[in-house]
Amino acid sequence: MKIVVCIKQVPDTNEVKLDPVTGTLIRDGVPSIINPDDKAGLEAALAIKDSIGAEVTVISMGPLQADAVLREGLAMGADNAYLVSDRAFGGADTLATSTTLAAAIKKLEYDLIITGRQAIDGDTAQVGPQISEHLGIPNVSYAEDIRVEGEFVIVKRQYEDRYHTIKVQMPCLITALGEMNQPRYMTPGGIFDAYREKEVVVWTRQDLEVDDDSIGLKGSPTKVAQSFPKSVKPAGTKVSLDAEESADYIIEKLKEKFVI
Amino acid sequence: MDFALSKEQMMARTLFRDFAINEVEPLAQEVDETEVFPRKTVEKMQKLGFMGIPIPKKYGGQGCDTLTYVLAVEELSKVCGTTGVIVSAHTSLGADPIRKFGTEEQKDKYLKPLARGEKLGAFALTEPGAGTDASGQQTKAVLDGEEYILNGSKIFITNGKEADTYIVFAMTDKSKGTKGISAFIVEKGTEGFSFGTKEKKMGIRGSATYELIFTDCRIPKENLLGTEGRGFGIAMQTLDGGRIGIAAQALGLASGALESTIEYVKERKQFGRSLSKFQYTQFQIADMAVKVEAARNLVYKAAIAKDKQKVFSVEAAMAKLYAAEVAMEVTTKAVQLHGGYGYTREYDVERMMRDAKITEIYEGTSEVQRMVIAGKYL
Repeated sequence: MKIVVCIKQVPDTNEVKLDPVTGTLIRDGVPSIINPDDKAGLEAALAIKDSIGAEVTVISMGPLQADAVLREGLAMGADNAYLVSDRAFGGADTLATSTTLAAAIKKLEYDLIITGRQAIDGDTAQVGPQISEHLGIPNVSYAEDIRVEGEFVIVKRQYEDRYHTIKVQMPCLITALGEMNQPRYMTPGGIFDAYREKEVVVWTRQDLEVDDDSIGLKGSPTKVAQSFPKSVKPAGTKVSLDAEESADYIIEKLKEKFVI
Repeated sequence: MDFALSKEQMMARTLFRDFAINEVEPLAQEVDETEVFPRKTVEKMQKLGFMGIPIPKKYGGQGCDTLTYVLAVEELSKVCGTTGVIVSAHTSLGADPIRKFGTEEQKDKYLKPLARGEKLGAFALTEPGAGTDASGQQTKAVLDGEEYILNGSKIFITNGKEADTYIVFAMTDKSKGTKGISAFIVEKGTEGFSFGTKEKKMGIRGSATYELIFTDCRIPKENLLGTEGRGFGIAMQTLDGGRIGIAAQALGLASGALESTIEYVKERKQFGRSLSKFQYTQFQIADMAVKVEAARNLVYKAAIAKDKQKVFSVEAAMAKLYAAEVAMEVTTKAVQLHGGYGYTREYDVERMMRDAKITEIYEGTSEVQRMVIAGKYL
């Protein structure tokens, strides 16, 4: 079977620093890593490869520096790597990104596509499901376990207070949770092979069949109006009262805040 | 000379660092305290190929270079000197002589399992009466038909008892002096091969250091490494490589102690400000950082020399001499800057200072390194 895993290069920090002028992320000096959810997805694919055999392809859309995360994927055990990179793809929102990635994946053979749930630098959780829509295949998101059974994938899908076990026919797309597994380490030899024996194929605008209107900034209906660091909410107040007093207390508080 | 690491070396360093922080550092204190060989860590390293980093792929290794191997020993030693020397003794002293001097049959039988980490390697040259003067070997090997019979004992053997494959040196012809020494591959479990006392040491306490005893130990003739009488040369050339591993261990200890100290002096407050605000502290940290960096340059240079040059004895001796002395100096200063806390076993710098001392002693004392270096210049 053939598995395609989408991985994204993200800055290795939760303390996002913004350029006060442009409002964009400052990436200089921050080490880059494979987005944690994507890395878990890659581990899930490699585990399938280990148990029943599979050809695992990693693909990423991003600047040429994203080569590093694809090499890391190869060093972990992926067989092939593709980097979708062109200035024309720059400034893409989730729709333009998923359009571009779907166009690239169409050129590959796949039974199963795994993406991370969401990226730590964007947190949209949209690109995975959107890719499945573009490709016209089923999608199961928030997977905390993926197993392959014949032509089907059994996915344990997480909810806040429960999980669903879903049986889905391949080809399909699954979005993986970072908590799903502990991704393997690379090996020193794997790293050397990733750089010396294996290849990261770069696909540019010309390699993809997409409309100019649907990629990059032009193909992005989302516009960032303003970026700002999230203000931390102070800890809440816990009040223990009986039912009637609680209701009065809440009403009072809501009035205080001019909510009612 | 260009020490810029290649992309693959940088990625490998990230791997070693992650592994050291996640898997090795949490156990370092316990390994020191209990003096128990970290077998589980070795098993993890085996799975990841850390036990055969510079060995060619065709012999079961990872096919990387010596500098990458040095990066591994450095990163491991930053958090645990014991783990660093296990890898160093196994790779440089156990596996490398077979790679360099072994026949294809020996490589197939002994190097492959060592490089894959399925077996652990060790090197046995030192004897009670033959330390720096390695030519005073008392262990004898006598050829009897298709077998050599080994008699004698070895001391201070790193990875002793834990290792499966030993490179053992013995006199095959006493009358020829150093030209009468030969090297043998001896497997644990061979009849007549047993282990004596385990040394109780100041540092690297989780590393197993044992006495080896050979009593009419019969080993097959084909386990002779190289030819008869070449043992001394094999030992010296192997130690040239080993010294690079120990230099990397010393570098790791110094570098780790420096990092811990930087963190500490920023946090620790006296007289209303952090220690890092005092100029004395700043100058100490600056001196430590310069020495660590200078040591790193010598160690990396020696690693590159091993892959490029036929002879690299002086580069290796310089790297080991300097890195070991820097390790001792920097870890001692690290303890001093930590004050009373640094003297307690709660803080890693105490262990690092004890671990550092051995790097000035084993695989050739600092005095031996000076002899090697002076030999080039005089």
